[in-house]
Amino acid sequence: MSILVFIEHKDCVLNKTSLEAIAAAQAIGKDLGLSITAVLPCDKDCSLAQDIAGYNIEKVIVAKNEKLGTYTPDAYADAWEQVIKAVNPQYIVMAHTYQVRDFAPKVAARLGREVVGDCIRYRSEGGKLVLTRRIFLGKLDADVAIGGDAPYFITFQSGAFRGDSAERGSAAVETMDVTVGDVRMTPEAPFQEAKASVDLTKSEIIVAVGRGIKSQENLAVAQQLADALGADIAASRPICDSEWLPIDRQIGSSGQTVAPKLYIALGISGAIQHIVGMKNSGTIVAINKDAEAPIFDIADYGIVGDLFEAVPVLVEEIKKAKA
Amino acid sequence: MKIIVLMKQVANKDAVLRIAGDEKWINEADVAQQTNESDGYALEEALRTVEAKGEGEVVVCTLGPAGAKSVIKDALARGAHRAIHIVVEDSKSLSAYQVAKTIADAIRDENAELILSGLQSDDASYGQTGVILAELLGIPHATIVIEVDRGSLGDTLRVKRELESGWYQWFTYKLPALMTIQSGISQIRYASLKGIMAAKSKPVTEVTPAIEPFASAASIQKVYMPLKTKQTQMLGNGDAKAGAVELVEKLRSEVRVI
Ligand SMILES: Cc1cc2nc3c(=O)[nH]c(=O)nc-3n(C[C@H](O)[C@H](O)[C@H](O)COP(=O)(O)OP(=O)(O)OC[C@H]3O[C@@H](n4cnc5c(N)ncnc54)[C@H](O)[C@@H]3O)c2cc1C
Repeated sequence: MSILVFIEHKDCVLNKTSLEAIAAAQAIGKDLGLSITAVLPCDKDCSLAQDIAGYNIEKVIVAKNEKLGTYTPDAYADAWEQVIKAVNPQYIVMAHTYQVRDFAPKVAARLGREVVGDCIRYRSEGGKLVLTRRIFLGKLDADVAIGGDAPYFITFQSGAFRGDSAERGSAAVETMDVTVGDVRMTPEAPFQEAKASVDLTKSEIIVAVGRGIKSQENLAVAQQLADALGADIAASRPICDSEWLPIDRQIGSSGQTVAPKLYIALGISGAIQHIVGMKNSGTIVAINKDAEAPIFDIADYGIVGDLFEAVPVLVEEIKKAKA
Repeated sequence: MKIIVLMKQVANKDAVLRIAGDEKWINEADVAQQTNESDGYALEEALRTVEAKGEGEVVVCTLGPAGAKSVIKDALARGAHRAIHIVVEDSKSLSAYQVAKTIADAIRDENAELILSGLQSDDASYGQTGVILAELLGIPHATIVIEVDRGSLGDTLRVKRELESGWYQWFTYKLPALMTIQSGISQIRYASLKGIMAAKSKPVTEVTPAIEPFASAASIQKVYMPLKTKQTQMLGNGDAKAGAVELVEKLRSEVRVI
């Protein structure tokens, strides 16, 4: 019995979260005594296959078809269905990327299964996994049991496992020619909107604002704090959606990933998609009215209260301290 | 053209959540409810698409308890033409597949050209209902749609999908198709007084489904407060100003950024 791991790539360039999926599969494999097969959909003899074979897994399968050059949910679902039927795995482990969330539920449904998605950890109980996922925008955790027969589809949230902890080893590489039916969608080339005018990845200090700032005019409050600290301004998604700040200031899964020395989150609840973009900051400060806001779970310093009371005092005190 | 929009009622974003006695969900009795955020954007896209086409209807579909009617009323007031309410009192206990299967059975004969939903719900966050539904209906899907090229509207539709880390990609779909809509795609319209009045006479079809058991359903065993991963130092003891003074001291002496 085995675990299949999905290896995501674009033009044979690895999406690094797949290494997290390998680490997850290795952990589960050890607990349940299952071997691991990595699967790479590609239109050619993927050059990435040898790299993946350098991990402690049994086998790498390149699922090959000319229609697998560019990702489409139809082609990927067809390829996966065939690999799963040929290998007959116990578990299918993937990173919860946007691509996976696009095709995994489709493949699972086709096989009469569903995905336990966006998990943050697991434990093994009587040879079966109990998975933990975040619900209610990160405010609560839920332990989830999987029902029915294998295969079980699981996706892990980015950061749930460390990619650099995936054990090295050596695996065999195999090619499996798969058939792909009608692809009912036509993709164009992926692109980036505009070259970011600010590179927040280089910022030492970031003052980030969330929906708690309430209006565009109030951004001035955050700007004063940023000026006092010599910081750059960033934001959660709703602020950029409202066009109060440009999109290149957005931190999170669809925005930038940053790791400044200091990250101050003003009125940000701490949804998963935001946290993945800033959790590696040296010191995290959260100011939020809601004592239960998930941002406090990862903050080093927290102030429960109104940001409009706290920030002006902060600015004054910083000025005094600097004088 | 006919567009079906899936809309769900969820706990209000800012609500204080209390875990239910059986520890399997929250206590919903004392929690204000609202329309799931991204579903509101899905409705807006549907309305704009029908307006661009110059003909057609927008049908809202909600699976949920009787109380979920408020989602429907609000959608009808904003301009949806009619609604299908799949009445399931204990809808929270259904898995993503069960929800999708129940909706598929209820809307299959509508033969809509387009089905829109939000990309995920703010409560269970399965993010699967749309994708499974498309598979069950045998139509193609796109997730995390952030722009709809209404100029392309015909037998096909061109949409922009959000990829990770600031990347995007356009896809063209042959209709019928299902798309899940990302929050922030547009500005959601308000219901006008006229719309609110008109909503009262719009048809709402109630469906009482027979829900089949589903062997592979994932089931929640226990819901609890997240374990803290960091030892957070809380400053100010609930006094924001005092917290600010303490914080500056920390930034000076411990974080050393001042
Ligand atoms: C596929 C996908 C991708 C996404 N990508 C991203 C992304 O890249 N980046 C991102 O940020 N989000 C992203 N999101 C959205 C994310 O799920 C959240 O909706 C978003 O991060 C919430 O932003 P927020 O914390 O500013 O707002 P909210 O969740 O509304 O939180 C506002 C907070 O402000 C507090 N508050 C209100 N008033 C005050 C006050 N006066 N003083 C102090 N505190 C106050 C409230 O208590 C609350 O905690 C994505 C979602 C999905 C589904």
